[in-house]
Amino acid sequence: MKILVTTKRVTDPGTKIKLKADGSGIAADGVEFKPNPFCENAIEAAISLRDQHGGEVIVVSIGPDEADQTIRSAVAMGCNRAIRIDGNDGGLDGDLVARALAKLAESEQPDVFILGKQAVDGDSNQVGQLMAEYLGWPQATFASAITVTNGGKSAQVAREVDGGIETVEVDFPAVITADLRLNEPRFASLPNIMKAKRTAIEVKTLADLGVETTLKVRTTRFEAPPGRQAGKKVADVADLVQKLRNEAKVL
Amino acid sequence: MSILVVAEQSNGSVKKATYAALTAAREIATATGLPIHFFAFGPGAANAGAELATYGGASVLVADDASLQNALAAPAGAAIAAAAKDSGASWVLMASTTTGKDVLPRAAARLGGGLASDIVEVRASGAHVAFVRPMFAGNVLATVEIDTPVKLVTVRTSDFATAGPTGGASPVTTSASAVDAAKAAAGKARFVSFDSSGGDRPELTEADVVVSGGRGLKSAENFKSIMEPLADAFRAAIGASRAAVDSGYAPNDYQVGQTGKVVAPNLYIAVAISGAIQHLAGMKNSKIIVSINKDADAPIFQISDYGLVADAFKAVPEFAAAVKAAKG
Ligand SMILES: Cc1cc2nc3c(=O)[nH]c(=O)nc-3n(C[C@H](O)[C@H](O)[C@H](O)COP(=O)(O)OP(=O)(O)OC[C@H]3O[C@@H](n4cnc5c(N)ncnc54)[C@H](O)[C@@H]3O)c2cc1C
Ligand SMILES: Nc1ncnc2c1ncn2[C@@H]1O[C@H](COP(=O)(O)O)[C@@H](O)[C@H]1O
Repeated sequence: MKILVTTKRVTDPGTKIKLKADGSGIAADGVEFKPNPFCENAIEAAISLRDQHGGEVIVVSIGPDEADQTIRSAVAMGCNRAIRIDGNDGGLDGDLVARALAKLAESEQPDVFILGKQAVDGDSNQVGQLMAEYLGWPQATFASAITVTNGGKSAQVAREVDGGIETVEVDFPAVITADLRLNEPRFASLPNIMKAKRTAIEVKTLADLGVETTLKVRTTRFEAPPGRQAGKKVADVADLVQKLRNEAKVL
Repeated sequence: MSILVVAEQSNGSVKKATYAALTAAREIATATGLPIHFFAFGPGAANAGAELATYGGASVLVADDASLQNALAAPAGAAIAAAAKDSGASWVLMASTTTGKDVLPRAAARLGGGLASDIVEVRASGAHVAFVRPMFAGNVLATVEIDTPVKLVTVRTSDFATAGPTGGASPVTTSASAVDAAKAAAGKARFVSFDSSGGDRPELTEADVVVSGGRGLKSAENFKSIMEPLADAFRAAIGASRAAVDSGYAPNDYQVGQTGKVVAPNLYIAVAISGAIQHLAGMKNSKIIVSINKDADAPIFQISDYGLVADAFKAVPEFAAAVKAAKG
């Protein structure tokens, strides 16, 4: 089984985001970067599918030189090959990422392309779906379990949807996007981290892939959301009930 | 040029989320002067169409076809794109439910249109329309511009009021091209089963009161025995933190937050939830927030109107009983 999987370098979800004073973007100083958590679930799924069914896992990221570090942590988890598509974070939208990944999929011809369901910086939740349509492949988004069926020709995927869990079966080649409960991403061992440092990362440009770079969606302004005032502490349950009735008037 | 609202329906009844998307569509219509059309798909779409016809649209397109059952993404996306062409849409809107998030990008790719996900505001200046959407777990509100002739958005339902009917009856017609497109795109994915987390409580995203439990409840049994009486007392929907869902205390679709559901009820009660930024992303726009936590320094208190520092196992049953008594 040949599996393509993505990783994206994102700001650490545990740190506080600061904005530039003029609202033109995120203040980069002191920002830590991490692999997108959903991508780590995607990578874990790809590696364990390969370990069960054989084949290879190729990790790809679209980003600047700095994304190499993010790619290496995916290699340290166990990916066989690594590709970076050179791109500046500010010069991308979901559609451009999807078209670039679709071009790569056309040349690599994987059985499955696994992505995260969303990137926790942009929170867009669209790249996997857009790419699936560009390729004409079926998709199973928000996956919480994957079982290969029909002797490796398809997979049944449990999907976390409103109201419960839906299971769909998709014929390969297919796109799957990972939800957080799909698995517990492994930690890389020290020897694998050392090995990943020496792994060659193949770098491609958007031009190499023949991808048109006009953006469809532009972010023109970044603002902080309105803050919320902390209210008061109540003494006990009786006080809470009294305030909910007389002050908040919700009882 | 026109505006297309893609409805979500099951067995002929339109999901309430659709009418939040309609409110956003009406704001675009006010700015641009364009008419609104509706599209409903899947078995039952004809009945849903009859309901949509009373919401003041120029027309209602339907594709009532078995290939669109369960809203599998490829046929649904193809049908939406065909309906958008049929109605000359320059704007296509759908609620940001898991279905909307799954299918609308496929329509966007077909239409060559830019897609803004999960918008919380329509920002119009004259006839020019931009959108505001949260990023970074709600830490940032970004203004986005879509530059393509066809512009698509999914609409965060907690940020838009539910639009009401206007009376009248718009013409309802079948979109043959949507049915054909769906049939052609179907076949590579099959519905297998649906395991409902259901129950007869109000829908989390529509409830007036939401009570959510966290990891501090320590087990599925506790979650049930502590949260259900509280929910009953308020006739509330039940939510949960990701930690509670991951630990198996509550079903997956109870999760409130950046990667779960976004709610904005009149009253939100957080029980044994610490208040991680990813949880706040899903509930901080609630009108009144109450939290019960035994740690006086829990971050959830910083955004709560009323905070009770107490052991949930003692305080919540007392609270539920008092509310039940107060409500009679
Ligand atoms: C990419 C990503 C996405 C995420 N998405 C979400 C999301 O959508 N939703 C979400 O909720 N989280 C999400 N998280 C997880 C989030 O960061 C937190 O880990 C999670 O919200 C913590 O849940 P909790 O508050 O229940 O648990 P904890 O942080 O462990 O807090 C438990 C609380 O219970 C209190 N407590 C313990 N015992 C008692 C008692 N007897 N009585 C009263 N209080 C008690 C403790 O004082 C503590 O404050 C996400 C994380 C990542 C990285
Ligand atoms: N620049 C990128 N490089 C690699 N993968 C990406 C990139 N942007 C998005 N993705 C993938 O697409 C998924 C959905 O992203 P998004 O639609 O931006 O929320 C992410 O979880 C990643 O797996």
